[in-house]
Amino acid sequence: MTIDPALFSAALRALTPILFAALAGALCQRAGIFNISLEGTMLVGCFAGVAGSWFTGNPWLGVALAVAASAAFSLVLAVGSVSLGGDAIVISVAMNLLAVGLTAFLLRTVFGAQGSFSDPELRGLDRVRLPLVEEIPLLGPVLSGHSPLVYVSWLAVAVTAVLLYRCRWGLRLRGLGENPAAAASLGVRVTRQRYLVVVAGGGLCGLGGAQLALGNVTLFAENMTAGRGWIAVVAVMLGAAAPVGVFLAALLFGLAEALGFRLQGLGLPQQATDAAPYVVTLIALFVSSRRLRRRDPVEGAVDR
Amino acid sequence: MTSRTAEATPPAGTARPSRLLRTRGGVVALAVLTGVVVGTLVLAGTGTNPLTAYAALATGAFGPDNLPDTLSYVLPVLGMATALAIPLRAGMVNLGGEGQLVLGAVGALVTGLFSPLPAPLTVVAALLVGTLAGASYAALAALCDSHLGVPLLVSSLLLSYPAISFASYLVRFPLADPGSSLPQSERLPAGVALPTLGAGQISVGLVAVLAVVAAYTVVDRRTPAGYEVRMTGLGARFASYAGIDRPRLTVRVLAASGGIAGLVGAILVLGFPFRFIDGALISPQYTWIGLMAALLAAAHPVGTAVAAFFFAALTSGAFEMERITQAPRELTAIVQALVIIVLATSTGLLRGKGGPR
Repeated sequence: MTIDPALFSAALRALTPILFAALAGALCQRAGIFNISLEGTMLVGCFAGVAGSWFTGNPWLGVALAVAASAAFSLVLAVGSVSLGGDAIVISVAMNLLAVGLTAFLLRTVFGAQGSFSDPELRGLDRVRLPLVEEIPLLGPVLSGHSPLVYVSWLAVAVTAVLLYRCRWGLRLRGLGENPAAAASLGVRVTRQRYLVVVAGGGLCGLGGAQLALGNVTLFAENMTAGRGWIAVVAVMLGAAAPVGVFLAALLFGLAEALGFRLQGLGLPQQATDAAPYVVTLIALFVSSRRLRRRDPVEGAVDR
Repeated sequence: MTSRTAEATPPAGTARPSRLLRTRGGVVALAVLTGVVVGTLVLAGTGTNPLTAYAALATGAFGPDNLPDTLSYVLPVLGMATALAIPLRAGMVNLGGEGQLVLGAVGALVTGLFSPLPAPLTVVAALLVGTLAGASYAALAALCDSHLGVPLLVSSLLLSYPAISFASYLVRFPLADPGSSLPQSERLPAGVALPTLGAGQISVGLVAVLAVVAAYTVVDRRTPAGYEVRMTGLGARFASYAGIDRPRLTVRVLAASGGIAGLVGAILVLGFPFRFIDGALISPQYTWIGLMAALLAAAHPVGTAVAAFFFAALTSGAFEMERITQAPRELTAIVQALVIIVLATSTGLLRGKGGPR
């Protein structure tokens, strides 16, 4: 097997949906919400993206619809857990199943299709060739020629990092995650902040879904997120909910996925590379928990 | 609507377990009613007569022709619901049910294929190995929680994926069926199978799962272990203060949970089609439907069983509803999820707490 630009290019494509969802998860984590509904929210985005592109003929309207639909879907979590005090984990688990059922239901009622929908007329996002970057040897073919959303995801990493670490808003948000009561006493509007973060996260998941359904492929299939939202949850942990950390974690998963395809071609088990990132994450968590061990062992740091 | 309901809900952490228990029946009724109303509206919206659809749903679930199908669906859902209810009862969430289920199946498969024992003994050994495989893997997640500082929710979820990959590898390469291009293992030798009841459609495994439910009920109500588990669920700090060794309890609870999940996996492999097919235990969402059933009943043993039976019947009956009315069967998944969401939002289900503390 050769390590060539195409491998890294495939890795960048594979990581984009995970990265969008993981950024959403990181934001929620920072605000003190353990969001495991990323999988379902992204699936809603996939469906809305395909539906939007199909009925308007414009893939960008599909992306817009994906963002809107996923943000609306994430309102379930916002209303349920932030306003009504329901358990975020329970609601998220149900939301994931709701998304699977809802998209399959709509696939059949709206498109009259079962299992999957694809059509030569369905327009996906065009690849972008970066004029100057393309010329760079080795790096050019890796960085150029992706769907625009790939570049949007990198921008989103930068924007999230600036928002979190260089803005007053981000400082308040991080404070909220560390100690909601203290943040509230200093005048942070807890409910509003959390709504904002959950819904913005929904929008990010929508972008991830749109990239998956209109960028990586051009179709909708039942349950097509296939665990990517869960990988994003893991990437948030591995990246310690920091934007750049989450990017590196998602890169690890993307590389593993791309490498897995290659290994399969050589008759080596793809399952080994599938499993590797989870093991790496677990080890990383051991190591980091030694440093950050909480004082109170009973209140396991699940929902803060 | 949002703000009004928010005012009606008492603020931050005032809900006490006693209040929760008093209103719980009402809340479940409200959640189920919401599910039925939404289901009816969606059916009417797609141009189906809801009454016809419900009649077909009932026939599909409990009609004489369909009951065996329903029961074969009840087995894994009920088993997984019970498995996942046990940690929930102690206020812990085991998100690794899929990995434990699959490892149980793999353990039973390997035993069944290579055991030198006579067939009936091999079946027993396969069930034992499956149970042990699930139990030890779940206990590993518990050890990560209590000794390595990785929260149980996370460790159980993370461990699940390598297990699924491992099983996938085994049935694609070393144990692959050479006569098939499908990712499936070889068939178990003749005779290595659980006996069936009635017209041969109901596995004895269902009886085993019912026995597990009965055992959980007894342990929960009548034994010190069950008491410790419930106390920990009601107040983990207080339980520790009262002398309950939490790390030890976590390992035991998880071992019981994973053991049951592994047993379910073993039972499934020892029934039709007598082999392990990659993804066959994951894609029907047994684990997640089971988890929802356990959540609906707040992990109460009998309640969990009733909820699991209800969810399995709903899922199974939906095939007949779809055949008769053309209304997509995915509708039942939507209704199930809605019931849980309404329930969770109206109680703060697991711990009866308000949002930010």
